[in-house]
Amino acid sequence: MRPGGGSLVRWAVYPALVYSLVFFAMPFLVMVAVSFWQRLRGRLEATWTLANYEKLVSKDYLLEALVNSVEVTVLTTAVSVLIAYPLAYVLAYRVSARWQKILLVGAIIPFWTAYVVRAYAWLIVLSENGIVNAGLLSLGIIDLPLDLAYTRGATVLGFVHFFTMLLTLTIFASLIQIPEHYRMAASDLGASPIRVFLVITLPLSLPGVAVGAFLTFVITIGDYITPQILGGNTEVLIPQAIMLQIARAANFPMASVMSVSLMLVILAVYLASARYLRMDRI
Amino acid sequence: MTELKTGALGNGRLSLDRRTFVKGATAAAAGTLVPGSVLADDTLNILVWCDHADQKLIGPFEDAHNVTVNVKTYEGTGTALSILEQSAPGDWDVIVIDAPDVPQVAGLGILDELPDDLAPWDDIFPTLRNAPYTRVDGKVYAVPEKFGYYGFCYNRDVVDAADVRRGDIAWNDAYSGRIGVYDYYFPVLQMIGLSMGLKPADITVDHLGDIRERLLAMKPNVKMIGDIVSVQNALVTKSVDVVVGGAEFTVSNLMASNPHLDWTISDDGGLIWNQGIGILSDSNRKELAALFLQWILSPEGQGLLATSECFWAMPANSKAVISDAEKATLRWDEQDDLLARSETSLLPDPEIDVEMLDIWTEFLQS
Repeated sequence: MRPGGGSLVRWAVYPALVYSLVFFAMPFLVMVAVSFWQRLRGRLEATWTLANYEKLVSKDYLLEALVNSVEVTVLTTAVSVLIAYPLAYVLAYRVSARWQKILLVGAIIPFWTAYVVRAYAWLIVLSENGIVNAGLLSLGIIDLPLDLAYTRGATVLGFVHFFTMLLTLTIFASLIQIPEHYRMAASDLGASPIRVFLVITLPLSLPGVAVGAFLTFVITIGDYITPQILGGNTEVLIPQAIMLQIARAANFPMASVMSVSLMLVILAVYLASARYLRMDRI
Repeated sequence: MTELKTGALGNGRLSLDRRTFVKGATAAAAGTLVPGSVLADDTLNILVWCDHADQKLIGPFEDAHNVTVNVKTYEGTGTALSILEQSAPGDWDVIVIDAPDVPQVAGLGILDELPDDLAPWDDIFPTLRNAPYTRVDGKVYAVPEKFGYYGFCYNRDVVDAADVRRGDIAWNDAYSGRIGVYDYYFPVLQMIGLSMGLKPADITVDHLGDIRERLLAMKPNVKMIGDIVSVQNALVTKSVDVVVGGAEFTVSNLMASNPHLDWTISDDGGLIWNQGIGILSDSNRKELAALFLQWILSPEGQGLLATSECFWAMPANSKAVISDAEKATLRWDEQDDLLARSETSLLPDPEIDVEMLDIWTEFLQS
C-alpha cells in the first residue's frame, strides 16, 4: 500500500503527526524563542536579544566545542560505516540463513545493555590497570600503560561499538532488498565480482548506508553520556556545554542557543544527504 | 558536596517568570511525580540526597511509627525546586538541601519555621550551629545534619602526603597526567581562591582573572574531570593519583576495600560543605515530618546517615553513634583542627556565578 493511498492510511498517520507537533515542533519553537531571552540577575527575562548568539560566536571555547562535536561525530560515523558495511555484506550474502539469524541477534546484543553501563564497562577495559593495558604489559609489548581512557579515542570507540551494530542492521536491510537477479545478470554478462559490487550492490545499498549514517550522526552529535564518561570531560562537546548551562546555571536561553546551533548542523547534514535518505529502502 | 549541591537556581533566584516557564513546559508531567498511592496519611514523602535512601536508615523509623517513607533522591537545589514546582502542594513533607541555600529557599516561602527545641543544638558542631545561614532572622528553617570538605583525595602508595597538603600538587609537574578534578565549578574556583588568600565571601569579579589563569595553568596536568562516580572510578582503577575537590565524601566508603586511598585538606585550608534538613510549609504531615527530623538528628540516625551507602561524611551531631574505625576514616579526632582551618563554601552571587561557569567551561575545553 502506497503512502497516502487511502483514508485508513491517512488516519494512521495523524497520531504520529500530532505527536511530532506536540512533542517536537512546539517545544522546538519554544526553544528558539527562549534562545532570544536572557538570564539576568538570576531571572529569566524575555528580552528578545541576540546577546546569547553573540556570546556563542565570540567565545572561542564554545565554537571549539561545536567543532569538537562535529569532528567526533564525523569520525564516529566514518569508522562505523567502514566496519559495518563489510559485516552487513557478509551477513547478507556470505552466510547461511541459520547463521544469519544467529549473527543478527548477536548484532543487537549491545542494545540490550544500558548506555551508562556500557560506557563504564569500556572505561574499565581501557583504564591503566584494565584488560588492554594488562595484556600488553604482560606480553612485554609495552613498558608503561597506555593512555587509553579519558581521551577522544575512547569516546569514539564507545560510540563506534554501539553504532556499528545499528549501521549493520540498516545496511543489511538495504542489501537484502536488492533483487538477486540484478547481480546474477551482471555476472552473466561478464562483470567481475568487484565490478558487480561497484556498479550494482554499492549504489543500490547507499540508501541504507545514508540512513544509518544519518541516524549515527544525529544520535552521536547529541550524546552527553559517552564523552562525559569515556572522554573524561577533558574537552567539551556541545551537549556537555548545554548541560553545564542547564544543570549548573539554569541558563535556559544560552542552552537554547547551543541547541539551535546543534540543530543547524543536523539540518545541514540532512540537506546534504537528503537525496540518499530513502526510508522506504530500510 | 558537589553533585548534590545546588547550581545557580539554588541561589534563591527563582523568579515568577521562570516558575511560569517551567510550569508551562512541564504541565503535561505535573502531578505525575508522586503516585497517588504514596499520598496516604501513613506515608511520609521525603525529597532528599541519596544518603537518605538506605533502608538501614529509613527502616527503623518506619518500624517505630508504623509508616512508610517514600524517598525521592535528587541532585542540586535547583532540581529540588523544579520538582516542587511540578508537584501539588502537600506532595512532599521533608527536604534536604545545601545548608548555605537555606536563606534563599526560605525566602521563597516553601520551608516551615522549625521549633527551636526540635534539634539537639548543644550537640551540633559549633561551626555549623553558628554558621550565618543556619538561622534566618533568628529563625530556623533547616537543621545542619551532615558536613564535609572540598579538599583532596589521593593514592597514598604513590603520592607524598606533604605534596597534597601543600595545595599546589595540581600544578606540580611530577604529577602531570595523574590529576583528576571533581567537576563542580565554584568550589574548585573557591579552593584556588583560598590558595591565593581569598575567602569565598571575598571573591569579586576583579579576582576572577587571576583565578582563571591559575585554573587554566592546572589543565596540562589533568587527566580527567568528572562527577563523584567518575573520579571514584579513576582512583580505584589507578588512572589518576589525586582528585582536586574531593575529600571524605569521595573516598571514605571505598577506603576499606581500597586501602591505598586517603583524603586531606590543604594547609591553606579546606572548604566546608554542609547539608540541612527541613520541613516543607505545604506538608500535611508536619508532626510525622518533625519526628523524622528528630530521628535523623538523633545520635543513632546521625551515625547511620554519616556512613550511608551513597557517601560518607561527618555527622552534624557530635554525639553520633559511630564506630572507632568509622571515626578514624572520617578524621573525627581532627575535626576541631580541620574546621578551624576551613572556610564555608558559599554560593556566589549571580554575576560572579555566570563568570565562574564561563571560566569552568573554558577550563574543560582548554
